[in-house]
Amino acid sequence: MTDKKIRVLIAKPGLDGHDRGAKVVARALRDAGMEVIYTGLRQSPEMIAEAALQEDVNIIGLSILSGAHLVLVPKVIELVRANGQNDVRVFVGGIIPEEDIPVLTKAGVSAIYGPGTPTTKVVQDILDTFPSV
Amino acid sequence: MIDLDAVTSDNRLALARLLTEVENQTVEGDQALDRLFVRSGQAHLVGVTGAPGTGKSSLVSCLARNIRAVQQQTVAIVAVDPSSPFTGGAILGDRVRMRELAGDAGVFIRSMASRGELGGLARTTAGVVQVLDAAGFDFILIETVGAGQSEVDIARLAHTTLVVESPGLGDDIQAIKAGILEIADILVINKADLPGAENTERALRANLDLGYNLRLNHDSAHKMTLSEVEEKAPGWTPPIIKAVATQHTGIDEVITAVLRHRDHLKETGLWQQRDRERLRTEVTHLLQAELMRRWQRSVSAQSFEKVLQLVFERKVSPGAAIDSLINGSYN
Repeated sequence: MTDKKIRVLIAKPGLDGHDRGAKVVARALRDAGMEVIYTGLRQSPEMIAEAALQEDVNIIGLSILSGAHLVLVPKVIELVRANGQNDVRVFVGGIIPEEDIPVLTKAGVSAIYGPGTPTTKVVQDILDTFPSV
Repeated sequence: MIDLDAVTSDNRLALARLLTEVENQTVEGDQALDRLFVRSGQAHLVGVTGAPGTGKSSLVSCLARNIRAVQQQTVAIVAVDPSSPFTGGAILGDRVRMRELAGDAGVFIRSMASRGELGGLARTTAGVVQVLDAAGFDFILIETVGAGQSEVDIARLAHTTLVVESPGLGDDIQAIKAGILEIADILVINKADLPGAENTERALRANLDLGYNLRLNHDSAHKMTLSEVEEKAPGWTPPIIKAVATQHTGIDEVITAVLRHRDHLKETGLWQQRDRERLRTEVTHLLQAELMRRWQRSVSAQSFEKVLQLVFERKVSPGAAIDSLINGSYN
């Protein structure tokens, strides 16, 4: 009786202390039937990659409001890939300037959600990616 | 087929993926459990249970750190949080309290959702623990969902069960109720720096002192008599230890008690007995699941609905419905 779930890691890398957005997204994913591993504030890229590995997640959601996304996000992706998790998707939520979006996309980010994004959009994007689970 | 040598030789990606297969109850996962079984049975399984917010995760984190630093042994943590009964989703938040363990290759933390089970663990927690055991971890700390009074499955899975209390949660009547306090091998009063810790300790201690090992017998003459029964762990009185996990106080004492309990179990032969109890429970659970599966294959969903409809209309009782579904007379 196989019972599969989409597993998502929601993490806040770096030093900003505002986790409302991360919690709202975590809650929305929970309500969509996903299992959300929530790691809390002030995570280093190493901590996030380690948690993603141990929890064998399908998706990592990073919430960043500090402006350090160009450093932290590529680093997380690099570490996750180095761990052999090549199929894990990474999305980013927070304050991301327009001109940084192509940089993050090139680094391997699958989606970027700015302020005002409906949570249903985040959920739908994930469900579209994992239709079979 | 899953490469089990990778799992047992410190390949963390292979281990994590196997745990997912076991959790999802896939054919590959079940086969791996069959093959890994002979390699399990080495780890000390320590359960940590208690009401929500008593500080289980913080305590588990402290215990793991102590085991790494002082005992210099490896630790796996399995932390269970509840699934939504409506959507099946879950927030698994125990890692938030375990950040100080990050970066230690001798620690492996896995969060699990309870996925509809009500006993404080998930159906596949025993399987996940077995894999971590076979992977060679010395200690496996199993944190249950925030437990109320009767989520006691952990006592059948773990060798040593810690029940975590904190001040202000209940009076001396709570302390004499049946259920979760009965399964404690070690009682920890966490947040012992808060007001009321003394009262909590007094209530718990009074309850332990009340314990006497008598059983009510109903004999043939409908007369009730009392007789002495074997204690759960002869010669073992659960110690009550005060701790403040966030300040790392009382942790050495808890670890000492855990090790003392292990020695006690081994000296008295209870270690083996508990192992057998656990395996008996596991076999029973698997048997129930398999029989259910077979029965479901033998009866069409349509027939089931037909019988159910008769129950809805109050024409057939649930008991009679079962009889007809099992013996096939529903047609």
